[in-house]
Amino acid sequence: MAKKYKIGLFDNEKSLLEALKSLKDKNVKVHDVFLPYPVHGVDDAIGLKPSRLPIIAFAVGFCGVCFALFFQRFTFIDWPNIIGGKPAFALPAFIPVTFEIMVLSGALSMVAAFLYRSKLFPTPEVFVFDERATNDRFVVAIDLEKSPMNSGELDGHLREKGAVEVNEKEV
Amino acid sequence: MEALSAIREPLVRNVKSLGEVTDAVSTPLNSKPKALWYGLFFPSVAALILGIVAVTYQIMTGIGTWGNNNPVSWAFAIVNFVFWIGIGHAGTFISAILLLFRQKWRNSINRAAETMTIFAVICAGIFPIIHLGRPWFALWFLPYFPNSRNLWVNFNSPLLWDVFAISTYFTVSLVFWYIGMIPDFATLRDSAKTRVKKIVYGLFSFRWTGSARSWSRHESVSLVLAGLAAPLVLSVHSIVSTDFATSVLPGWHTTIFPPYFVAGAIFSGFAMVMTLMIIMRKIFDFEKYITLYHFEQMAKIIILTGSLVGVAYSTEFFIAWYSSNIFEQYAFINRAFGPYAWSYWIMVTCNVISPQLFWFKKIRTSIPALFVITIFVNIGMWFERFVIVVTSLHRAHLPSSWGYYSPSWVEIAELIGSFGLFLTLFLLFIRVGPYIAIAEVKDLAGKALKK
Repeated sequence: MAKKYKIGLFDNEKSLLEALKSLKDKNVKVHDVFLPYPVHGVDDAIGLKPSRLPIIAFAVGFCGVCFALFFQRFTFIDWPNIIGGKPAFALPAFIPVTFEIMVLSGALSMVAAFLYRSKLFPTPEVFVFDERATNDRFVVAIDLEKSPMNSGELDGHLREKGAVEVNEKEV
Repeated sequence: MEALSAIREPLVRNVKSLGEVTDAVSTPLNSKPKALWYGLFFPSVAALILGIVAVTYQIMTGIGTWGNNNPVSWAFAIVNFVFWIGIGHAGTFISAILLLFRQKWRNSINRAAETMTIFAVICAGIFPIIHLGRPWFALWFLPYFPNSRNLWVNFNSPLLWDVFAISTYFTVSLVFWYIGMIPDFATLRDSAKTRVKKIVYGLFSFRWTGSARSWSRHESVSLVLAGLAAPLVLSVHSIVSTDFATSVLPGWHTTIFPPYFVAGAIFSGFAMVMTLMIIMRKIFDFEKYITLYHFEQMAKIIILTGSLVGVAYSTEFFIAWYSSNIFEQYAFINRAFGPYAWSYWIMVTCNVISPQLFWFKKIRTSIPALFVITIFVNIGMWFERFVIVVTSLHRAHLPSSWGYYSPSWVEIAELIGSFGLFLTLFLLFIRVGPYIAIAEVKDLAGKALKK
């Protein structure tokens, strides 16, 4: 099922942000924005909530700490190493490994969650609305079906707000 | 909002459009490299081959091909290991710690520095493994199921902490590096001229489209990874230093080691970053993106860390005197005036004296001077590890077991080989990968254009 999108291209972040603001005022829901680099203010302008990925890093990192401590204690049950008369499981000596496991599990889980949530994985063919979005254009894509403005009105509005190019794309 | 200072110059100058940044990075990737690149690449490959020959010979014959023996049972292998790990630390410092401190000047050197970290840690990791003599048993370092040896690894030992620290450090750096490169691979994919390149960069770009939602997640991932990598990098070299500091050997068991090693690591790493940046700038004509301002900032970090290292050297001497322990005192007097005095004074000249020249603005803004001094610093930092390891070992409590260590050709060939491996990998990477963080530089350029 092909969907029609209106694509507006901007060449600087200032007019992009103004256009996004005006679209929000006119109740036009933006499908997505494609940027060559992260522009601050875009998240708010299109109503993106802050990412919850750090929670995963914290939760898995915490589990990593518990696992590392448990595992190191476990290896000492059968064969306690008594060194210098200290207790077999003297906690400070086990903190470095615990710390490393925490960092490793936190980092890897967050990255895995990021790739999963953003659906990032290697494929030879990649669909992009406009190739210039990774180069020098800020691309706004609007789903025409969900837009209260019709194609012509949107066209005029985007151009008025500084779009250097407006076109339509069926997906 | 970003505030633009009226006094401070913008970090990226004379960039007229964002497309110019893409072109600056992708054009060299689509054309034949300069003669300078070949001039560096072939000697590096030759050095790498020499290293491979030496390692093969050493593994087939035995560790006896090295100069290590009682009392100096630890020498080149650990010296090279600590040296390369230290080199790697500057990359993480630039990519993680400077990110957390919002030091935007890091953006254009960040990728090359991180790349350096990855390859330096690879070089470092090789040495403990070949020092096993039987490297195919390297997996025994790790606790794994089923526990067929009926004996777990010793979690009490700093050497085991090292295994965890280095492997975590490598993995996290690799992931951090790659996540940062995904948007840049997408840029290269979309600007690729041939179909093959489009597909290859497409595979590496993980379907990245630059969607605002992905960017928002990407930023949050980068920030958390930086937050994890920052204490990680400090922990790694602290743990490396405990390999020595937890022993009972005069010259090694000093409590100053962890901070002293971390400062030294960042010191040598920045020197290496600077050397590589000077070469890279020359290969690609990148004066616009890697400016004198960057070199000046790095030179200032080198003065700071170099002075810290200098203070650490004198603190060791003070504590040896203050401890009233004759063995401790002897270890340090012997270091400075004993049979290895030559290596001690090379170290002091290169590490303590040469970076002090950066107090002069003329010197820290002159590319040839920077190039020479940073190489001196690297030589000095290699000798620092040599001094710590070898001078402490060659004198035992019993004079009958005193000795003098000198490396065999195998060890020297392996050291040269590690440089060959490092430079080969680095030079290959700058031919195929996004060696400049394109998106991050555009961020700066975009801000400058707005003005």
